[in-house]
Amino acid sequence: MTYFETQHLTKNFGGLTAVNDLSFAVHQGEIFGLIGPNGSGKTTVFNLITGFYPITSGAIVYRGGTIHGLPTWKICKQGIGRTFQVVKPLRRMTVLDNVVTSAFNRSSSKAEAVAKALEVLDFCGLRTRQDQPAKGLTIGDRKRLEIARALATGPDLLLLDETMAGLTPQEQAEGVELIRKIRDSGITVIIVEHIMHVIMNLCDRILCINYGQEIAAGAPLEVANNQAVIEAYLGKE
Amino acid sequence: MEMFIQTLVSGILIGGIYALIGIGMTLIMGVMKIINLAHGQLMMVAMYITFVCHQYLGLDPYFALFIAMPCLFVLGAAIQKYLLNPLLKVDSILPENQVLMTVGIGMVLTEVMRFIFHSDYRSIETGYSSTAFYLGGISFNLPMFVAFGIALLLTLGLFLFLLKTDVGKSVRATAQNMDAAMILGINAHWITILTYGLGSALVAAAGTLLLPIYYLFPDIGGPFTLKAFVITMLGGMGSTVGAIVGGVVLGVAESLGATYIAMSLKDAVAMVIFLLVLIFLPGGLKKLTKV
Repeated sequence: MTYFETQHLTKNFGGLTAVNDLSFAVHQGEIFGLIGPNGSGKTTVFNLITGFYPITSGAIVYRGGTIHGLPTWKICKQGIGRTFQVVKPLRRMTVLDNVVTSAFNRSSSKAEAVAKALEVLDFCGLRTRQDQPAKGLTIGDRKRLEIARALATGPDLLLLDETMAGLTPQEQAEGVELIRKIRDSGITVIIVEHIMHVIMNLCDRILCINYGQEIAAGAPLEVANNQAVIEAYLGKE
Repeated sequence: MEMFIQTLVSGILIGGIYALIGIGMTLIMGVMKIINLAHGQLMMVAMYITFVCHQYLGLDPYFALFIAMPCLFVLGAAIQKYLLNPLLKVDSILPENQVLMTVGIGMVLTEVMRFIFHSDYRSIETGYSSTAFYLGGISFNLPMFVAFGIALLLTLGLFLFLLKTDVGKSVRATAQNMDAAMILGINAHWITILTYGLGSALVAAAGTLLLPIYYLFPDIGGPFTLKAFVITMLGGMGSTVGAIVGGVVLGVAESLGATYIAMSLKDAVAMVIFLLVLIFLPGGLKKLTKV
């Protein structure tokens, strides 16, 4: 059984086809990279998987069942977590409360949710910030908070949308370490990222898309040297 | 001086009820990002429910809280589920058509009540309607005082609910960022239904508390929708604490206007304050406290 796959996934916005007949599979326990130039449809794919947009046609299969058509919160309950490229903290809550709110996804009592949240904050290195309001965090910490909040929902599959964009090299290195730790804890990761050395370092396999279609797939080095990928990013000579 | 304090006291007392009206609208505004223009009309319905309970069942209006609030909760939840949420599925320039829908709902509620009860002015007479007690020369109207106390309790209860329970946290999360709330496993759809129900129940409480000191006719909803709107703007849209302050400010302003300018101009005073806030303090009173 395939752990996660999309089958002929297509999304039209009026006359614009943002995702076009895209099929890919993700194996349990791997870090799967999704790359492509700006506007190629990476975030749209995430929005389709998590049910923010309805799909036009095709199928999304997760652990043996189709999940397209489910509302977002049910997809979350099934074990898919995500972060947003443009971070969406609950601005008027503290860091801890942000994470507690998501920990309620799999906790039956407040004490259990708080314990889970503290554990996740430790894991993400945000424990020292726990009592600050979320709106006062630096961009690096906000991106961490996105990850912490997604982790607290207890996901099996985590979708990370450009969690490294705008970070300093030091913060990026810490981020790479964090994502490895997440994978080592048994969570499968799909990552959208523009920063090539992050992708090359982290991913087991990469899919490159442009205009919503696959242009290359395989091991990181293979894809990075693929002629079609280089053309998509830099244009033809 | 005594007259000033007396005016202030009655302003604050009525302000407590206004705050209750404003909090209901603010809750709905916070979660759905729309102004609920049927708010006063929902209150009017609750007042009629209380009126019927008193007139035909002989129930004390304060006891009718236990009937009017659940009734309005169900009515509000049904409105959100069957009339407002379906509009989200239609592609259009959202969320304006939800607001238009609330205008329509308000009209329907008014006309249905007019059909049943006709346009007559009604009020209820209780044993304590005009009872008052005195504190150092200042008179406290008993029904207003009780209403203020109950409004305070309900507000306190609401705050405990929002701050201390997981459902309350879900409501706040949905208000602060609906997309984020959904990806955290919160059924935002259900939260909108709950919130509209809660907002309606709160305004129902306000209506029930007002009935012993006010009068009732089907068109009373409109002016109260306007008041709720003013309170929400004064408080800074979506802030519950702001709505409380906004309610009290409006109550005191009306009261001062009625005493020192003219009884018939009390609504005008409120509107002038509203305009001044819009011009000089566009973020509402919330801006002053920087919360």
